[in-house]
Amino acid sequence: MIDISEVLETNKMVSEQTLDVRTITIGISLLDCADRALKTTCDNIYAKLTRLAKDLVKVGDDIGREFGVPVVNKRISVTPIALVGAACCRRPADFVRIAKTLDRAAKKLGVNFVGGYSAVVSKGMTPADELLIRSIPEAMAVTERLCASVNVGSTKTGIDMDAVRLMGEIVKETAARTKDRGSIGCAKLVILCNAPDDNPFMAGAFHGVSEGDAVINVGVSGPGVVHAVLKTIRGADFETLCETIKKTAFKITRVGQLVAQEASKRLGIPFGIIDLSLAPTPAVGDSVADILREIGLDHPGAPGTTAALALLNDQVKKGGVMASSYVGGLSGAFIPVSEDQGMIDAVNAGALTIEKLEAMTCVCSVGLDMIAIPGDTPATSIAGLIADEAAIGMVNQKTTAVRVIPVAGKKVGDTVEFGGLLGHAPVMAVNPFSCAAMINRTGRIPAPIHSFKN
Amino acid sequence: MKKVIITVVGKDTVGIIAKTAAYLAKENINILDISQTVVQDYFNMMMIVDGAKCRKTFDRMSADLTKLGLTMGLRIHCQKSEIFEKMHRI
Repeated sequence: MIDISEVLETNKMVSEQTLDVRTITIGISLLDCADRALKTTCDNIYAKLTRLAKDLVKVGDDIGREFGVPVVNKRISVTPIALVGAACCRRPADFVRIAKTLDRAAKKLGVNFVGGYSAVVSKGMTPADELLIRSIPEAMAVTERLCASVNVGSTKTGIDMDAVRLMGEIVKETAARTKDRGSIGCAKLVILCNAPDDNPFMAGAFHGVSEGDAVINVGVSGPGVVHAVLKTIRGADFETLCETIKKTAFKITRVGQLVAQEASKRLGIPFGIIDLSLAPTPAVGDSVADILREIGLDHPGAPGTTAALALLNDQVKKGGVMASSYVGGLSGAFIPVSEDQGMIDAVNAGALTIEKLEAMTCVCSVGLDMIAIPGDTPATSIAGLIADEAAIGMVNQKTTAVRVIPVAGKKVGDTVEFGGLLGHAPVMAVNPFSCAAMINRTGRIPAPIHSFKN
Repeated sequence: MKKVIITVVGKDTVGIIAKTAAYLAKENINILDISQTVVQDYFNMMMIVDGAKCRKTFDRMSADLTKLGLTMGLRIHCQKSEIFEKMHRI
């Protein structure tokens, strides 16, 4: 029988420590929507999304109410659109029509994001991939709820440097096209290496071709819970610290597992994976940076930060794996800057730099995330940041990503406001030395030696 | 409706259990367990109930109890029990 202390503990996690289920994401294959005619493709996509996901928001809200745990976001991820539109899109504007269709479906369904305006170009770009990539700035400017992602490398294939160079330009162009809104288009555009097929978190979510027709993936969160528990064992040894994080991660993940199973049952769509991520929000008490500080840092960025994050990330996985029948997605601690008040404070205090964030991405998920940089940062330098992150991902066989916002008209020290979950961000300095000559080389970086495992 | 956990939080007063139990009896909901504790001067009560024979929906029962709580200056909250079983039992 359940004990009152357990009931109070769970409810305190929700009421005081911001425990929530961050997202229920339905992955939907759109491969069967492809047609030679653009209009038919768009109609098929709209019909399939509004049929399969029609109860998603209601089911998410019902589950949240009945179990007393908020289900914050309900989202959809779709097959990379470069594949779906390959047969019918002849120019970037054709892809933009699909983008508008996806946005329209998202609004109709009441979901807050649709991910999968994507191209997977780890080794090379098809003409359709390139068209989609070139359509991203326009697509991000004319839609509200669409997220774009481009996978430019993997451990198995190496890094497509032509795509990296192009993405440097696309990020700049996207910023320019949404300059009247703090260049917010870039907040919905992520460039990945080793992107997972089943990630429920935006902006990098897409429904990979290895997946079935439809699947439920759930992302849990709860940095506030971990932080609150660590406060009770201040000064304890590393064994106690790790065990405490692990046990807490287990409890948090069990909530996600329950919600995922319920959602799967009620929607009649198979359960895919739980993403074991500590995902912060700008809300007070919902911060990964606060956990790092509780472990013993003045601010994230201080010496020891990478070790503290490595420890945190590993214990979250160890606790979470046992709590869920299937684990996938990104699974780890997120360290976005604009979405985490503690990270923002660290930047403002001068403790945290892009270089340190890059080091941190070696040991956590995912990468340089939600970082505002000066609007005049050259496209080649952005491509350089992307190449560095992709190299870390490729060599370490992990997912890495870049979501930087070169905010038009802003310089280091300024602040940009995105609002809602995306938060606000101080503009951070990028190393001013050029890497243009390297970025302007064509071709790709070969796969690392340890990828040859056959 | 299967097992539901009802939590009551607020200032202790006469008749909390009586009034809650009277509602449950009226709706044919069986009380399986009751426990209570005081946390930071607040009265906390938990009931585990079986609503299998209740004809009302979960949402309806939950709304009724929330309303009943307000009449006594208390927060009454209903949750399906799986959330606690999942989190605290392997």
